[in-house]
Amino acid sequence: MERNPMRRQLAIMRQSLFDQGHVDEQFVQLEELQDDANPNFVEEVVTLYYRDSARIILNIEQALERKPFDFRKLDAYMHQFKGSSSSIGAKKVKAESTLFREYCKSGNGEGCMRSFQQLKKEYATLRKKLGTYFQLARQAGPVETASRPK
Amino acid sequence: MTVEQIVSEGKDQFPIGMRVLAVDDDPTCLLLLGTLLRRCQYHVTTTSQAKTALKMLRENKNKFDLVISDVHMPDMDGFKLLEHVGLEMDLPVIMLSANGDTKLVMKGITHGACDYLLKPVRIEELQNIWQHVVRRKKKDRCNSGSKDKPHPDSGEAAGIGNVDNNGKLNKKRKDQNEDEDDERDENGHDNEDPSAQKKPRVVWSVELHRKFVAAVNQLGIDKAVPKKILELMNVEKLTRENVASHLQKFRLYLKRISCVANQQANMAAALGTADSAYLRMGSLNGLGNFHTLAGSDQLHNAAFRSFPPSGVLGRLNTPAGLGIRGLPSPGTIQLGHVQNSGNPTNDLSKLQSFVPGNHNTNILQGMPMSLELDRLQHNKNVGHIGELPTTDSMTVFPGSGNLVDARITGFSNNQLLGVTSNSLMLEGSSQQATSHTSVSAIGFQNGNALSDFTSIAPASNQLQDSKAGSQGQASPINCNAGQIIRSAPQEWNAPRKDAPYQSHASINSSIPINGAMIQLGQCLDRNNSIFHRTTDLDSVGPLNFVDPLSIKHSEGDNSIMEPSVIEKEGYLMFQPRPHGSHVPDNIGSLEDLASAMMKQADATVIL
Repeated sequence: MERNPMRRQLAIMRQSLFDQGHVDEQFVQLEELQDDANPNFVEEVVTLYYRDSARIILNIEQALERKPFDFRKLDAYMHQFKGSSSSIGAKKVKAESTLFREYCKSGNGEGCMRSFQQLKKEYATLRKKLGTYFQLARQAGPVETASRPK
Repeated sequence: MTVEQIVSEGKDQFPIGMRVLAVDDDPTCLLLLGTLLRRCQYHVTTTSQAKTALKMLRENKNKFDLVISDVHMPDMDGFKLLEHVGLEMDLPVIMLSANGDTKLVMKGITHGACDYLLKPVRIEELQNIWQHVVRRKKKDRCNSGSKDKPHPDSGEAAGIGNVDNNGKLNKKRKDQNEDEDDERDENGHDNEDPSAQKKPRVVWSVELHRKFVAAVNQLGIDKAVPKKILELMNVEKLTRENVASHLQKFRLYLKRISCVANQQANMAAALGTADSAYLRMGSLNGLGNFHTLAGSDQLHNAAFRSFPPSGVLGRLNTPAGLGIRGLPSPGTIQLGHVQNSGNPTNDLSKLQSFVPGNHNTNILQGMPMSLELDRLQHNKNVGHIGELPTTDSMTVFPGSGNLVDARITGFSNNQLLGVTSNSLMLEGSSQQATSHTSVSAIGFQNGNALSDFTSIAPASNQLQDSKAGSQGQASPINCNAGQIIRSAPQEWNAPRKDAPYQSHASINSSIPINGAMIQLGQCLDRNNSIFHRTTDLDSVGPLNFVDPLSIKHSEGDNSIMEPSVIEKEGYLMFQPRPHGSHVPDNIGSLEDLASAMMKQADATVIL
């Protein structure tokens, strides 16, 4: 059936997300929470994450524009960001957050800036990949239900 | 199916249907948490605001079985929420955080969390959280069997304290002693504590609060940890969580006090009810109060009693006659009388003696409470100040000889001072024990109080003499207060130089209690313009209370010593707490202060 190739593609895409280290075990937890009652749970959570974390990213950016750096504040923001990121299983983003916090703790402004740039990159990459992934998932349709006319 | 059936079925299926309240400011995490919990078949309510959560919990305590809360939240610290819930509702609370630092986990546990989970939380961990509900229910059942806390130390301490009171700045002892005294007086109170049957809801009676303050004072506001306070208090059925929560409130209170510097408020608080107490305090007028205070347990108790969580002040009142009340009475000298007079000598030890002997000093004792309050950061604890040993004498500073000067620094009429002073005093005594000439009547606001305070503050004869004496005296309190307040304790000492004001200054500065300080100044000066400086209050700046204080005290010529003192010293009492809002700067009268304080207290209480 048409969905099979799609489903297969979806599975491959999903696997690469894990293999490339973009997402971790937590992502699986999200998937497990998805069910008939909550058919798009993963996408919902991820969407919410990107919406909410955009605010934190902005805060951090603004904070990085003020010199000297308020490391305490930066660390607080990043702590928050890290919490959200880890909730959706964003592995690389989370790792970069940890690094950023290390720099904050040691007062390394340069390190913070570098790390933040990297973090934003990972953040954007993940968003793109997940976006594609969800789109495909929608197209592939839910496994159990009958295919919906496209 | 009838409702009962459904309900009972739900219960039988426990943990299925267990009602959980989830709090987390992060929407992603909250969504995830809620979903996970639902997957565990719990009945979930989510909110991103801690305040909302508290509101929901307060509306109906039986609506939830368990609370899960994030640690870092913008509107309220997770630990604070934890304490509130533990204290008010006695529900199990699980903390949640992305940060798994041992320190934080420890903090969570010491604040009463029954578990600490790391984010991202896994469903397996949530599947077993129901155990905490069961465990707590079981514990509550056991608790009803009375928690007997063996306080072997208390008794001994008390005894020793008595002996030590005179001259021994053994803060601990003093506190113990005070406690003992309190206990004697308030034995009933202890019994009144709600038995910890099931949801033990602790009512912080005046006596209890007094003990609490005494304990805190003894330990020193910085070192006062719930566990130790609990031990010192030696009250049955009081849990560490109760104390922790109360301590937090107390600290806030102290902070508020210093800002508010509502002597009146303090006094009022001491008098008994947070609201009316203030007013009542005014009536006490130093002299009259003292009399009543001296030796009148009721007064003390009454004062405290009516002081609901903020009862600290109330306590102060009792002894407060010292000044808090309405100082306008020339009673300042009364303090001297009250005090047991004998002490008026400058030594702090004198004060100490006051404490034990002089009921007057109690006022001071109360003070530390206020200091504590500061910590608690609850203004509501304004009353705490009152708690100062209303016990009749200026024992304001239990033992800590610091009072030496017993400068009732703040005692000028302002009840607040009394309150604050008490705290201050207490602190001073214990901590300062040294240079501070005895916390001179930290709060004993009444201008007369000064004189009164002086008596309190053993510090010096000054007190005895009438107001004039108090001038110098005031310092002790301040000093102490400062200590207690945590704020620049050193400052307290410093002020001494100015003598009358010194104490104030020191107290003020040290006393984080916002209002406390001011009051002191005020109080002290009431009649004796000992604190001439009071006028400076304004200059004090951050200390809002300064103004009111000065205003208030202006009744007599007492310039609010505080203000001036403060300035000079630079301590300006209460750490400039921006709680300006607390105290209307232009409180023209003590009453205003009192009401302001009350409002603050109320506000604080409301949370």
